[in-house]
Amino acid sequence: MQQSLAMRTRLGVPLICAALMLLPAIVNASAWNNPYPRRDEGRNILYSAFAERPNHLDPARSYSTNESVFTGQIYEPPLQYHYLKRPYELVPLTAEEMPRATYYDAAGRRLPADADAAAIAHTVYEIRVRPGIRYQPHPALARDESGALRYARMSPEDLAEIFTLADFAATGTRELVAADYVHQIKRLAHPQLHSPILGVMRKYIVGLDALSATLEQALAQGAGDGFLDLERLDLAGARVVDRYRYRIEVNGKYPQMLYWLAMPFFAPVPPEADRFYAQPGMAARNLSLDWYPIGTGPYLLAVNNPNRQMVLARNPNFRGEPYPSAGQPEDAARGLLADAGRTMPFIDRAVYSLETEDIPYWNKFLQGYYDSSGVQSDSFDQAIRVSGGGDATLTDEMRAQGIRLLTAVATSVFYVGFNMLDAVVGGQAERARKLRHAIAIAVDYEEYISIFLNERGVPAQGPVPPGIFGHREGRLGINPYVYDWVDGGPRRKPIASAHRLLAEAGYPDGIDSRTGQPLSLYFDVTASGPDDKARLDWWRKQFRKLGIRLVVRNTLYNRFQEKMRKGTAQLFLWGWGADYPDPENFLFLLDGRNSKVGAGGVNAANYDDPEFNRLFDRMKHMDNGPARQQTIDAMIEIVQRDAPWLWGLHPKQFGLYHQWHSNTKPHQMANNTLKYQRVDADLRSRLRAQWNPPRLWPLWVGGLVLVGGLVPGAWSYWRKEHLAQP
Amino acid sequence: MTAYLVRRLLYAIPILIGVNLITFTLFFVVNTPDDMAHLHLGVKHVTPEAIVNWKRERGYDQPLVYNAGGEGIAKLTETILFNKSISLFAFRFGASDTGRDIGYDIRQRMWPSLAIALPTFLVGILVNITFAMLLAFFRATYIDVWGVVLCVIMMSISTLFYIIAGQYLIGKLWHLVPISGYDTGVDAIKFLVLPVLIGVVHGIGSGTRWYRTIFLEEINKDYVRTARAKGLSELRVLFRHVLQNALIPILTGAVVVIPSLFMGSLIMEAFFGIPGLGSYTINAINQQDFAVVRAMVFLGAVLYILGLIMTDIAYTLADPRVRFE
Amino acid sequence: MPFTPVVLTTDALLFLLLAAAGGYAWYARRREHLRAPWRQVARSRLGMMAAVVLCAYLLVGIADSFHLRLRIAQPDAQAAVRYSPEVLSLLDLATGHLRDAVEKTYSAPFAATLYVRETVTTPDGTVARVYPRLRHAATHLDDPERQRLGDVLATAATGALQGIALWALAVALLLYGLARSGRARWRTVLRQVARDELAVPWRLMLITAGVLIAGAFMLANLSFTYHVFGTDKVGQDVFYQTVKSIRTGLLIGTLTTLVMLPFAVLLGLVAGYFGRWVDDLIQYLYTTLNSIPGVLLIAAGILSLQVYMANHPQRFESFAESADLRLLFLCLILGVTSWTGLCRLLRGETLKLRELEYVQAATAFGVRHLGILTRHLLPNVMHVVFITVALDFSGLVLAEAVLSYVGIGVDPSMNSWGNMINQARLEMAREPVVWWSLLAAFTFMFALVLAANLLADAIRDAFDPRLRSVP
Repeated sequence: MQQSLAMRTRLGVPLICAALMLLPAIVNASAWNNPYPRRDEGRNILYSAFAERPNHLDPARSYSTNESVFTGQIYEPPLQYHYLKRPYELVPLTAEEMPRATYYDAAGRRLPADADAAAIAHTVYEIRVRPGIRYQPHPALARDESGALRYARMSPEDLAEIFTLADFAATGTRELVAADYVHQIKRLAHPQLHSPILGVMRKYIVGLDALSATLEQALAQGAGDGFLDLERLDLAGARVVDRYRYRIEVNGKYPQMLYWLAMPFFAPVPPEADRFYAQPGMAARNLSLDWYPIGTGPYLLAVNNPNRQMVLARNPNFRGEPYPSAGQPEDAARGLLADAGRTMPFIDRAVYSLETEDIPYWNKFLQGYYDSSGVQSDSFDQAIRVSGGGDATLTDEMRAQGIRLLTAVATSVFYVGFNMLDAVVGGQAERARKLRHAIAIAVDYEEYISIFLNERGVPAQGPVPPGIFGHREGRLGINPYVYDWVDGGPRRKPIASAHRLLAEAGYPDGIDSRTGQPLSLYFDVTASGPDDKARLDWWRKQFRKLGIRLVVRNTLYNRFQEKMRKGTAQLFLWGWGADYPDPENFLFLLDGRNSKVGAGGVNAANYDDPEFNRLFDRMKHMDNGPARQQTIDAMIEIVQRDAPWLWGLHPKQFGLYHQWHSNTKPHQMANNTLKYQRVDADLRSRLRAQWNPPRLWPLWVGGLVLVGGLVPGAWSYWRKEHLAQP
Repeated sequence: MTAYLVRRLLYAIPILIGVNLITFTLFFVVNTPDDMAHLHLGVKHVTPEAIVNWKRERGYDQPLVYNAGGEGIAKLTETILFNKSISLFAFRFGASDTGRDIGYDIRQRMWPSLAIALPTFLVGILVNITFAMLLAFFRATYIDVWGVVLCVIMMSISTLFYIIAGQYLIGKLWHLVPISGYDTGVDAIKFLVLPVLIGVVHGIGSGTRWYRTIFLEEINKDYVRTARAKGLSELRVLFRHVLQNALIPILTGAVVVIPSLFMGSLIMEAFFGIPGLGSYTINAINQQDFAVVRAMVFLGAVLYILGLIMTDIAYTLADPRVRFE
Repeated sequence: MPFTPVVLTTDALLFLLLAAAGGYAWYARRREHLRAPWRQVARSRLGMMAAVVLCAYLLVGIADSFHLRLRIAQPDAQAAVRYSPEVLSLLDLATGHLRDAVEKTYSAPFAATLYVRETVTTPDGTVARVYPRLRHAATHLDDPERQRLGDVLATAATGALQGIALWALAVALLLYGLARSGRARWRTVLRQVARDELAVPWRLMLITAGVLIAGAFMLANLSFTYHVFGTDKVGQDVFYQTVKSIRTGLLIGTLTTLVMLPFAVLLGLVAGYFGRWVDDLIQYLYTTLNSIPGVLLIAAGILSLQVYMANHPQRFESFAESADLRLLFLCLILGVTSWTGLCRLLRGETLKLRELEYVQAATAFGVRHLGILTRHLLPNVMHVVFITVALDFSGLVLAEAVLSYVGIGVDPSMNSWGNMINQARLEMAREPVVWWSLLAAFTFMFALVLAANLLADAIRDAFDPRLRSVP
């Protein structure tokens, strides 16, 4: 029997280990599944997630939405969007007032505000920065007793004990001045920063092209050991007037410039920071502006661990900004004006956790560990019920949890392009055009939206999405080549008319009447997710309706881009999200001078129509009004006729917010929205505990099964030992 | 023995050169530096100058293997192959394609990987050997038969199923542990319980069966019969003789894995949001960050070779009959 | 001809594998020492049951490996004969009713309506949210709520009866054959089989086969009027996908083994036996390959294949061919990453064996190396080969699912259990849960892997001489 005991203790080891591992969880908190430290319970913290680690936090480089979540709160460009007003409206942020444009002709004479766009050679914007704004505490601005910068000349030994920015003992601050803004505009031309907007801005900002060339040359000659001193170089298009004023000069008339001034690309960067990070040894410790930003905004980046967690904390030097006191009529009823005039920001910290998978994200949101969610299609069945009129409402269980739903149509478009250079689907010939129209009718985007997006989208009628000037609702807005207006709504033309068009194009029932071979088309996509097989099957199904065989070529993203550059694709799936709320930002996707092949632009369909190009040039400079609407209507009519895209869909964004999370209003353009938001941490703590009671019975059952499994074994051993030896 | 070890260590060099050549071929022939530049500079507004710049900064502007423009030895040294390989051998991984220092990231991410892999490995071995001994002890009885059937059944279930079911039941329905995430220090434990449990349960089927085979092989040897004939009890035979002699195959299987534990588990880390080297690698594959993938391949190779040498040492220590000349 | 045959590369390799197995069987038929262990396999009850199940999978896989292209209608008599570009298999032809029966989106097994509600305008003008009827399932029922259960049972029973009838016929033929070969009266044979008195467990095998045949007929019969396992997100029949995935699973498991086995066995034995520089060279080879983490090697391989296919689209005329090539390439890469493990094990085993007296003695007596390798070493390491191969087969079928998750598995548009499970991962987050894809893929995969493991156990018991005499 002694041996049998020995046996049991050996078995016991893993059990004890398991119990020991569970112990801290038991001791820790009432809610066992709380992923956050217990000490943070009840604090004024916002919890959110990020799916993809941000790559760049340098304002000259950062361009993607997952980065602007952070950069938007840290950097302050001169302008911002009004949080509540619709349509989107620009208001001053660090500027004293909205900059006004003054126009000059080629000879330098000042022109009146209503001058003809063709006569305008330069436009000058003068921006006055508000005095008294100070930077966040940062070692780059720290000064010693003598007033000199403390960390400007670091030796390798000084850096030996430094691993993160927090390891610097001292920090400092200083007032924001106009020169910081000018410095950042010069940085856009820096060859080592690869600013994504340099290609666009060099066309507009006077002298930026020349500065970029000078810097390239200096770099090629190895000047300054890699550090290029921008302060010694001049940029004609961006000049300091005095301590608080600077001027931006652009070529011609470019009213869209103001929108750019609301993006972090035009936020201030102190030259001290550039010098600080350029010191030898900094880059090897990942100490760079790309990782440790410095700004004047309401928050600073307190923890930067893109592998796990990013934390924004209140900037102690922030001047305070009043919550807007005017909005849309319905905003007051929704409680969005309750804080009117109070000093922002309201939240102390914002914790963003890395969450790459949708399912854990959604489940944690339901458990109350994320304050908001903008989840993907599959989880939405649980949350959203689409009512008769296509309006979404919350399901009863979501309402029981007190969750609110906010929807908005995104200012973006997901389209299928036809390569207009292709011999079969491209070109302006009637045959190809009819083929494109037939396909446009056959691809049932209503079904796509219902299956894959759970009604979270609207089929597009043209390139301009709702919410952008130039988009037309109702009967005038439909694409007459694909839809009929029936009973007060658009209805897709019957498949029979697609068959007819296909026959007219010379492919009766999908058979090429010239060669007698069935028609095969190639479709380039970049698919890798688990849901993609279903999507690709769906696409094949749509073309099968016409008897056309769709060969899906699933390629890697970089190969896909190469195909686009070379123009070797036939059909391709792509999307575009607005940089700013102006129709120019969408219509230029079809501008012939902007085509991918040849010009390296963003017109991936390589569509080129002289009349469209002419109208585009006119529309670009016009102010929003009936004349501009008329021009846009004419342009959309042209592209609807030529159908270089299947217009695709505009996704709807559904945001879900817990009841303790207030002052939320979806905004497609603004990215500095954190300062407006509020959380009720006590309510959150209460509800979390209520929603997450640990279920202990599985542990008892598991234990019983283990013990139960041992009993017959022990009995059998006993029998064997006693019966084997007579 | 010492001479042998030295020989093995020297021998690691050609292996690493071979690894480097294979990965170089796979990564640079497949994706030209132009492709990578396009991928990393983003979708919107990319100019050709920006691409040239990007390549120059990362040292991708040289020819791949042979520099016809160079002089003498420079024909071979001023190439991507030579420069990138040399820095790898010095364990200078350089910056990733997104600009982060890879060595720094690896040092940071190593520990979460180890925090999952080591408990999974140790608890797994313990549980598997325990179960295998049980089955071997009850061999040719219904416990053995059903135990093996259970093992086979557990082996036939996909990892993904264990993970999906585990997260669904334990995390979502029962609220026992956080569904995913990670923290440092003691707080990490609540995040580790579920992945470790799933890792162990997933390994039970094949592990137990494997050890059982080894034990049974030993049990049927003559010395065991002799021991039993001496009147030793079955348990003593199992622990004293069988377990000791079965150590060699167990060691070969286990020791080689130990250094590679640093590399982490791809699937587990991705599903549970553990910021280890496994998820680092998977991100790098998805984002086609070849600098990172190359570094990880090299690191994996180094650790593997380390494991092999350790295995050989373990061999000689456990069984003097194995000779190396 | 109304069709033209198409031989995909993987088809050819599968047939090659079958031919090799057949050749080995013919060769072993006359050699008692080779036959003996197999005879013992045939006596294993679990093993033979598993073999019957595996045979069923294999039959489906083979039926899915005869590919052809159908002729399409000609506009006039003079035109050249044309064939549809769509490559179909015999299995596709047999299950055409499932391939074309596409619904809009999810529907549960045996459902008469979709799984999600839709807004419809009723004739009297009101708008209602209803579950719409399916287009291809239960269309013959007027009131599915009441009639469905009865109809399902009746259809299933008809199918089962048909299956049993066929099975009875097969049993009769088998008994006749047994009687002829054993020179006994078939009545005697029937009694022996019924009482399980023969060495081979015929009774168990026949019962297994009977259950399988009856089940297959039941499912087939039901599949004409219902979606037996429901439909997926885009309304395709899950039963069809599951059955189509069988070929993918079988090929991954077998072709990979076919690729790696010769290298692993030869190199492992040679390295362990000769030692010195041969050992060093082979160790160098496999250590180098093995030290590259497998997933990374597979990822790099698949990426390079994708690039190759993107650059030469004209070589892969049809979708089937490019997906097939990717499958083949996956098998090759898996082979490259998995042979090293077996090779290392064999080397270790040989190292141990060559120190044993009888090998030393053989060397002393001047037996040639080749003789020692094939006579003394190979038979003594075969059990390692079989055990590893068996473990590998299941491991490979399972690995496919994991690789699909990482995005480097079979083509995402190809039917495979990995792709199905991967997709079902998202479905688990739906409310109410869509469970049938996961369950169907999981069950079929599980049955295959389980059967393979059980048969492998039987083979191991038979081949491992040290395990033959369990007390």
